[in-house]
Amino acid sequence: MTTGGFEVTGLTVVRGGTEVLRDLSCTVSAGEVTGLLGPSGCGKSTLMRAVVGVQQITRGSVRVLGEPAGSASLRHRIGYVTQTPSVYDDLTVVENLEFFASVLGVPRSRVGDCLTTVDLSSHRDAVVGRLSGGERSRVSLAVALLGEPELLVLDEPTVGLDPVLRQDLWGTFHALAAAGAAVLVSSHVMDEAMRCDRLLLMRDGRLIADDPPTALLARTGTADIESAFLALVREDR
Amino acid sequence: MSARVVLAVARRVLTQLRRDRRTVAMLLVLPCAIMTLLWWMFTGLPGRGFAALAPALLALIPFIVMFLVTSVTTLRERTSGTLERLLAMPMGKGDFLLGYALAFGVVATVQSALAVGVSTWFLDLDVNGPSWLLLVVAVLDALLGSALGLFVSAFARTEFQAVQFMPALVIPQILLCGLFVERDRLPRFLGVVSDCLPLSYAVDAMRSVSAQRHPDVLGDLALITAFAAAALVLGALTLRRRSA
Ligand SMILES: Nc1ncnc2c1ncn2[C@@H]1O[C@H](COP(=O)(O)OP(=O)(O)OP(=O)(O)O)[C@@H](O)[C@H]1O
Ligand SMILES: [Mg+2]
Repeated sequence: MTTGGFEVTGLTVVRGGTEVLRDLSCTVSAGEVTGLLGPSGCGKSTLMRAVVGVQQITRGSVRVLGEPAGSASLRHRIGYVTQTPSVYDDLTVVENLEFFASVLGVPRSRVGDCLTTVDLSSHRDAVVGRLSGGERSRVSLAVALLGEPELLVLDEPTVGLDPVLRQDLWGTFHALAAAGAAVLVSSHVMDEAMRCDRLLLMRDGRLIADDPPTALLARTGTADIESAFLALVREDR
Repeated sequence: MSARVVLAVARRVLTQLRRDRRTVAMLLVLPCAIMTLLWWMFTGLPGRGFAALAPALLALIPFIVMFLVTSVTTLRERTSGTLERLLAMPMGKGDFLLGYALAFGVVATVQSALAVGVSTWFLDLDVNGPSWLLLVVAVLDALLGSALGLFVSAFARTEFQAVQFMPALVIPQILLCGLFVERDRLPRFLGVVSDCLPLSYAVDAMRSVSAQRHPDVLGDLALITAFAAAALVLGALTLRRRSA
């Protein structure tokens, strides 16, 4: 067992009186891009929040990089992009990044690097509130990359982006994984699944598959992830 | 606690504020305009109406303004997800709170300096004690307002609700602080309530400074500081790293 990535055991989370995650267990390892897929409302964001340590959990355990989720020592080792971009609308792109860089205590040079990664160098002095939705979410992504985290948790980071940029960002995710990070990316666009090294398929707060995409297709005898998911749902009933 | 993070938060809050030109103008001009209006109301009247009310108003304005500004700003920080993001980063709650206190302390100092300056130079407000003490009281009031604003922002889901806390928490304090009825002449029960409210001590201190050559306001200042610190601690308890 390496200390990279994270391990979730028997996780149950109750939100607003209903069980949003039900006795869920999974392991995500370093060096891979793991996709978290499932229909809207199945609990993807909740699972990610539990891993990052901002979600109150009801039962079970979450260990991240060898320590209990939410430990103080993990705070500079995790990069987290929330589903709705959490950046300051009334600051410019570069002001946002410089602020988070000082909070993290990373050198200013990281700001330029991360802006290049998300292809926003030309918008560095634009006020975030006046950017498009996709541009805003890229600012949020750039903030998560600042600290060169060992675990990246990205909640639908590619929504609303054009195909070229999407391809570039997936390239970035793989490069980060190759450099030794664990990368967890959620999406409910099934066609992004083939870009992952491994897939976690969720439904109704439970995991219904945990395989590499090709193995999943082979196991279900289907040609694409969407059909594989439907086949698994049928089997699951 | 890290000075780097505290300063980063303070600078960021001030940059945000600076970008909002209209708010800056209101913050700086409004208190002066209100003092002028008060002076104008009493110009034709006998007695010392302006001199009697101005010190209390100098205590009230920074308190109210900072209460509103802080409750809305921190509520925004809570709802936009940036607070959650910051708390998932290596940032202490104390760093966050001190950063805010520092930024709003700066704003309050400038704001109160302008209001005190306009009142004493242009409107001939007689201050028997040292004028800088007026400023000290005003800045402490502002920090008290900020601390309370931060605390109540935890109980508001929308900016509408946050603004409603102003009449709920602030107007009773204004009524009981000695501005309308001297505190020692209030009905017994209300006198006790008045003794428990921080704004009463702020107004007392302001009045002492303007009335006495060598005012003894240390007790009042200590109490205001204690109230502000208590509100900050309560506010810190509402900054949760984990939520449901
Ligand atoms: N703050 C909250 N309070 C109570 N219930 C919540 C809260 N947030 C989410 N839920 C519920 O938890 C369930 C899972 O939500 P979650 O956000 O994890 O889904 P998701 O898989 O990320 O969906 P999407 O793909 O639409 O983002 C939903 O049924 C939702 O109604
Ligand atoms: Mg989600």
